Amino acid sequence: MLDMTVRPRSEAGTATPGTPTRAEAGRLRRAVPTGLLRRSVSPLLLLLVWQAASSSGLVSPQTLASPSRILSTAVGLTTDGTLPRNLLVSLARAGSGLAIAVVAGVALALLAGLSRLGEEAIDAPMQMLRTLPALALVPLFILWFGIGELPKIALVALGSTIPIYLNLYKGIRSIDPKLLEMGRTLGLSRAQTIRQIVLPGALPDLLTGLRFSVGISWLMLVVAEQVNANSGIGHMMTDAEDFLRTDVILVGLLVYALLGLLSDQVVRVLERTLLAWRPSQGGRA
Amino acid sequence: MSYERPAEPAIRIEGLTRRFGGNAVLDRLDLRIGPGEFLALLGRSGSGKTTLLRTLAGLDPVEEGEVLVPRNVAVVFQESRLLPWRRVWENVTLGLPGRDARDRAVAALEEVGLGHRLEAWPLTLSGGEAQRVGIARALVREPEFLMLDEPFASLDALTRLRMQAMVGRLWQKRRCAVLLVTHDVDEALLLGDRAVVLDSGRIRTELPVALDRPRRHDDPGFAPARRALLAALDVHETV
Repeated sequence: MLDMTVRPRSEAGTATPGTPTRAEAGRLRRAVPTGLLRRSVSPLLLLLVWQAASSSGLVSPQTLASPSRILSTAVGLTTDGTLPRNLLVSLARAGSGLAIAVVAGVALALLAGLSRLGEEAIDAPMQMLRTLPALALVPLFILWFGIGELPKIALVALGSTIPIYLNLYKGIRSIDPKLLEMGRTLGLSRAQTIRQIVLPGALPDLLTGLRFSVGISWLMLVVAEQVNANSGIGHMMTDAEDFLRTDVILVGLLVYALLGLLSDQVVRVLERTLLAWRPSQGGRA
Repeated sequence: MSYERPAEPAIRIEGLTRRFGGNAVLDRLDLRIGPGEFLALLGRSGSGKTTLLRTLAGLDPVEEGEVLVPRNVAVVFQESRLLPWRRVWENVTLGLPGRDARDRAVAALEEVGLGHRLEAWPLTLSGGEAQRVGIARALVREPEFLMLDEPFASLDALTRLRMQAMVGRLWQKRRCAVLLVTHDVDEALLLGDRAVVLDSGRIRTELPVALDRPRRHDDPGFAPARRALLAALDVHETV
C-alpha cells in the first residue's frame, strides 16, 4: 500500500521533459539505486516505529503483534508443520476450483462463441450470473453442500469461471473478419479455421480472463475458509482469532499476499511464452 | 479496337448483376479472361471492382448472371492478412495438404526473396515483406487463377516498383490467369496484357496493351496508352 502511494511521485520526478544534458543524464542514472533506497526508507521506518510501539507496550500484542513476533511465529508455524499443512489444503482448494473454472469457462465460451445456438443458450445466463456477487452464495452453498471441501471448491470454481468465460467469449467474437475471409479463400475447413485463426486469436483474451480468475479464486477461498472450515490458511486465521493471536492472523495475511503475487507472476510468464508473437512481448525471431 | 479472345476462357462472367439495396453495383457485367492472361481492372472507388473480385473469390454470392472460375484460385489482398500468431512459413502453408508443405512454402518464400525470414513473426515484417509473404501464400497453391486486390496500394513508391517487377517475373514463369485490381494506370500498363475500366458496374473501356515485355515506362507506346486509360477514368492531365 505504502509502496503504491510513493511510486507516482517518484515517477513524476524522474520524467524530466526535454532532452537531459550530460550532467542530468548522469544524475538520472545514479538516481535509480538511490531512488530505490530512498523509497524503502519510509516502510522500514514504519516497521521500526511499529516494533518500538510494540516493544514499549504502547500497542498490545492482542491488537497488533510486533514484526519480530510475526517473524518468529512464521518460523514456528513452518517448522511445526501447521503452516505447510494448511497452505497445502488451501492450494489444493484454489487449484482444483481454478482447474474446474478453466475447463468450464473455456468450454462454455467455445460453445457460445462458435455456434449461434450455443450463444442463445449460454450467453444470457452467464451475463446474468456475472452481475451476481458470488460471495453472496456462501450461505446457500453451505446449505447445499455442507461444510466439507465441496462448497469451497464450488465457490472458487463459480467465481473464477465468469471472467474466463467473458473474456474468451469476447475474444472469439472479436476475431478480425478479414482473417476469417482470408481463411475462406484458402479453403480452410471449419475445424482448421477454429484451430488456426479463432483459438490463437482469442488466446490473449483467455489469458486476461485467467489473470482475473486467479485473483478471484484467492478472494473466494479467503471467504470460504473463514466462514466454515477446519483446515486451510483461512481456518488457521479464524482459529487464531479465538485466541487473540494477531501474530498468526498477520502471518496468514502475509501468505495470502505472497500467493496472490506469485500466481500473478505465473500468468505473466504464461503470457510471455504463449504470446511471443506480439512485438510488445519481445518476440522478434 | 480488336482483341482476339482465346476460344476457351479460364474465367467467364456473363450478365453478372449485384445489387445492394436496389442499387446495382455490378450491372449485367460480361467479362472473359483467357488462360494465362494478365488482366488489369481499373475503376474509380465505388465502380464495383472490389465486389467483382469478391464474387470471383467466392466471398460474395452470385445472385444474377453466370460466373465460371477455375477451382484452384488464390487471392492477394491489399492488407497482407497474415496470421500474426503463426510464423512466416506457417502462414504460407496454411491449409496446404501434404507432407512436403513446408518445403513448398520455403521454395515459394525463396522465390519472393524471403528465404531468410522463414521463422519471423509477421508483426516484425515491413509492409513490403508482409505483402511478399501474401504473394508466396497465394503462389504456393499453384493457382490457375490469381486475384490481386490493389496489392501494392499501401506500399511506398520504391517498394511498389520492385514488387511490380517481381509480380511480372513470377507471372511470366507461371502463366496463370491473373486479375489485378488497381487504381494505378502505370501499374496496369506495366503488367497487364489487357486493361479494362469498370464504371457503374459495367466494362466501360477495354484496351489491349500491345507493349513489349519487359515493360518500360519510356516505351514510346506507353504515353498514348496511359492517356487513353486516364481519359476512360475521366482524368485529363493538363496542368
